[in-house]
Amino acid sequence: MLPSHDIGPAVTFDGVTKRYGGGVIAVDGVTVAIAGGSFVALVGSSGSGKSTLLKMINRLIEPSEGVVRIGAEAVSAATPYALRRRIGYVFQNIGLFPHMTVAENIAIGLRLAGEKARQPRVTELLDLVDLPQAFAARMPDALSGGQRQRVGVARALATAPGLLLLDEPFGALDPVTRDQLGTAIRALHDQLGLTTIMVTHDMAEALILADRVLVMDCGQIVADATPKALLAGEGGAVADALVAVPREQARRMRELAG
Amino acid sequence: MSGSPFLEAMTRVPDLLAAHLLLAASALILGLIISLPLAIWSARRPGVARVALGFASLVQTIPSLALLALFYPLLLFLSGLVGGGIPALGFLPSLLALTLYALLPILRNGVTGLTGLDPAVIEAADGVGMTAWQKLRLVEAPLVAPVLMAGIRTAAVWTIGAATLSTTVGQPSLGDMIFAGLQTQNWALVLAGCLSAAALALAVDALLGVIEHGIAARKRMRAFVAAGVLLVGVLVALAPALPRSDETITVGAKGFGEQYILARLIGHRLERAGYHVQYREGLGSVVVFGALKSGAIDVYVDYSGTIWTNEMQRSDIPARPAMVAAIGAWTQKTSGVRLLGALGFENAYAFAMRGADAKAKGIGSLDDLVSAAPRLKLGSDLEFLERPEWAAIKRAYPLNFAAANAYNPTFMYRALESGQADVISAFSSDGRIAAQHLTVLTDPRGAIPGYDAILMVAPGRAKDAKLIAALQPLVGRIPVDAMRAANYRVDRDDEKDSPEAAARWLEKKVGL
Repeated sequence: MLPSHDIGPAVTFDGVTKRYGGGVIAVDGVTVAIAGGSFVALVGSSGSGKSTLLKMINRLIEPSEGVVRIGAEAVSAATPYALRRRIGYVFQNIGLFPHMTVAENIAIGLRLAGEKARQPRVTELLDLVDLPQAFAARMPDALSGGQRQRVGVARALATAPGLLLLDEPFGALDPVTRDQLGTAIRALHDQLGLTTIMVTHDMAEALILADRVLVMDCGQIVADATPKALLAGEGGAVADALVAVPREQARRMRELAG
Repeated sequence: MSGSPFLEAMTRVPDLLAAHLLLAASALILGLIISLPLAIWSARRPGVARVALGFASLVQTIPSLALLALFYPLLLFLSGLVGGGIPALGFLPSLLALTLYALLPILRNGVTGLTGLDPAVIEAADGVGMTAWQKLRLVEAPLVAPVLMAGIRTAAVWTIGAATLSTTVGQPSLGDMIFAGLQTQNWALVLAGCLSAAALALAVDALLGVIEHGIAARKRMRAFVAAGVLLVGVLVALAPALPRSDETITVGAKGFGEQYILARLIGHRLERAGYHVQYREGLGSVVVFGALKSGAIDVYVDYSGTIWTNEMQRSDIPARPAMVAAIGAWTQKTSGVRLLGALGFENAYAFAMRGADAKAKGIGSLDDLVSAAPRLKLGSDLEFLERPEWAAIKRAYPLNFAAANAYNPTFMYRALESGQADVISAFSSDGRIAAQHLTVLTDPRGAIPGYDAILMVAPGRAKDAKLIAALQPLVGRIPVDAMRAANYRVDRDDEKDSPEAAARWLEKKVGL
C-alpha cells in the first residue's frame, strides 16, 4: 500500500514575473490559483513561458517578482532541496542516473531522506508504473524510451509527494507510448489524489488528460477554462487557434473513415 | 668487483626506488588535493577555468629541468623573507615542481568531465532534491570518475618520469643512477635506472587502470584491491625513510667522475669510523654549496676558484694558498661552513688542444691563441660560457672563436678528438689530458684563478670531532697525478672502473 494522503496541495501564483537580462520577459505578472487535487495543463507554443512558470514552483527557476505558494506556504520559505523533496518532478529528457540501476534510480528520493528499507517501496512503484520486477536490477541504458519515462515517473512518486510537476513528459516518445503513459499518469493522479500540473505544447493531450487548461502566450495566461469550454470556443483567439489543430485533424480523419 | 655490472647497478635500486616512489606519490596526492577542488570550481565558473587551465598549460611548457631549477632561487627568496627555515634543496622544490606538473592532466580531465555531463542528469539531481554536496558525491563524482582517472594516470606517469630530474636539486631518485651513469659512461647504471623508473611508471599506471575499470564496471572490489596494492607500495617505500639516525652522514658530489670518486673516498673513511653513509650525487655546482650550508649534505669537495668567483664574487686572483685561507675565513664567518683543508691537487680550467694540432699551429699559450681563435671552434662544458672565469679570461685575452658549443664533459673530449672542436675548456686533473695527448695552453697573464680541491663540512658538523678526525688525513694527501690516474680509470672507454673501484684504487695508491 502506498502511504495515503487525502488530497494534493493547492498551488497559487501571485503576481509572478520572470525577467532575464536583455529585457526578455518569460513570465509576465501571472496570478492564478490551482485547486488541490486538480489536473491542470499549461499549454502554449515554444517560448510562451509555460515551462518557466512550472519551474518556479520547485525553484529550478527563481521568480524576479511575486510569490508562489504551495498550500499556505511560500516556496521561498524552505531551502530549495527540502522543497523539491516534497514535489514529484518529471521532465522530457527524463535524466535517469546512468550509473545507477532502475531500483537505485527509483529509490533515490528515499535514500536522500535517509530511509533504510527501500526495497519494498521499489517493488510497489514498479507495479504502479506497470514495469516488471525484473527491471529493478537493470541499468537505464537497457530500457526503451517509454520504459525509462515510466521509471522517471516512479522516481518522482517514490516519496509519495502530493504535488506532481510534469514538464513535456511525453515529448520524446512515440505516439503509442505517449498515449499509454498519458493514460497511466491520469490514472495515478486519480488513484493517489495528486495535484498535477503538466506543461505540454500538445493541445489534444491537454484536452484529453486535464481538468483545466491554462493557455499561455508571451508570458501571460490568455485562457483559463475546462476542456469542454475550450472546445466550445470560449477560450479566446490564441486558445481557439491551438484547439483548431486537433479539431481539424479529427474532422479529416472522420472524413477518411467515411 | 665481480659479477655483471648490471646486477651490481641493480643493488642501488631499492633505496632510490623507494625515494622515487615517495616523491612521485606525494606530488600526485598534493596535485589531487589542489586540482580536484579547482576542477569543480572551474566547471562552475568558466572564468576560473580559463585562468586555471591557462596557468597549468603554461607550466607544462616550461622544461621540467628548468622548473625544478627555478624553485631553488624562489624558495631561497621565500626563506629569506620569513627569516630562514625553508629548505631550498631536496624534497621540497622537487615536490612543488612535480605537483605543478601533475595539475594539468587532472584539472583538464576533471573540467572536461564535469562540463560534459548530460544536463538532464543534473536537472534530475536538482529535481529530486539533492544538495550541492549530494549532487557531487552521488552523481557528478561517479560519472566523472572514469575520465578523471584517465587524467590521474597521465599525471602519475609524467610525475614518475620527471621525478628522475629531482637528482639535480639534491633529492634522491632513480635519476641518481641515470645522471651518475651518464657522467661516468656506466651504461649498466643508466640502463638499470631507466628500466626501474619505466617499470615503476608502468606498474602504477596498470594499478590505476585497474581502479579506473573497476569504477567504470561497478566492480568495487577490484578497485579497492588495486588501491590497496598502491597503498602498501607507498607504505613499504616509507619504511626506510623513517629512522634516520644522527650517525648518518650525507656526502655530496657534483655531476662528474672526479666528484663521484672523491665522494666514495670520503664515504669509505666515514664508514670505517663507524658512520652510516649516504650519497647525494649529480648536484649542480650552483646548488651544492647551498645544500651544504643548509645541512642537506654534510660534506663534499669543492674547488677554491669556484667559491672565490661564484660565491664570493671576487675577480682578483691571489696565490693559491692565500686564496684557500681567505675562503676558509669567509665561509666560517658568513655561513659557519668549515673548510677543512685542500686535498693537494688542483682541478683548474685549462684550455687544451690536440697535441699535434697545437704544434702545427705553433700555439703554446693563451696569448698565441688570440690570433688563431677566429679560425678555431671552442668546445666547453655546459656551464663554462656563463661563468665569471670565462669573462675574466676574455678580459685578459680577447678571444673570438669561430664557434662555441657546450657539451657534457665526456662528449667535450670526444668533440676535440673528432675535430668538431679545436680547443676545449678542459680540467687540469683530467686523466684524458695525458691519455689523449693533449697540449694544455699556459696562462702567462694569470687570468685563471687557482682551483684547489677543498674539503667542505656543513655548519652542523663543523665541531664534530669524530667526523673531523676521520676526514683530516685526506688533507694534502692527493697529488694531481694520482687524481688524474684515478679519473682516467673511470673516464676511459675500455675496462672502465666504477667510481667505487677507482676510489679503492686511489686509496691504495696514496696509502689511505
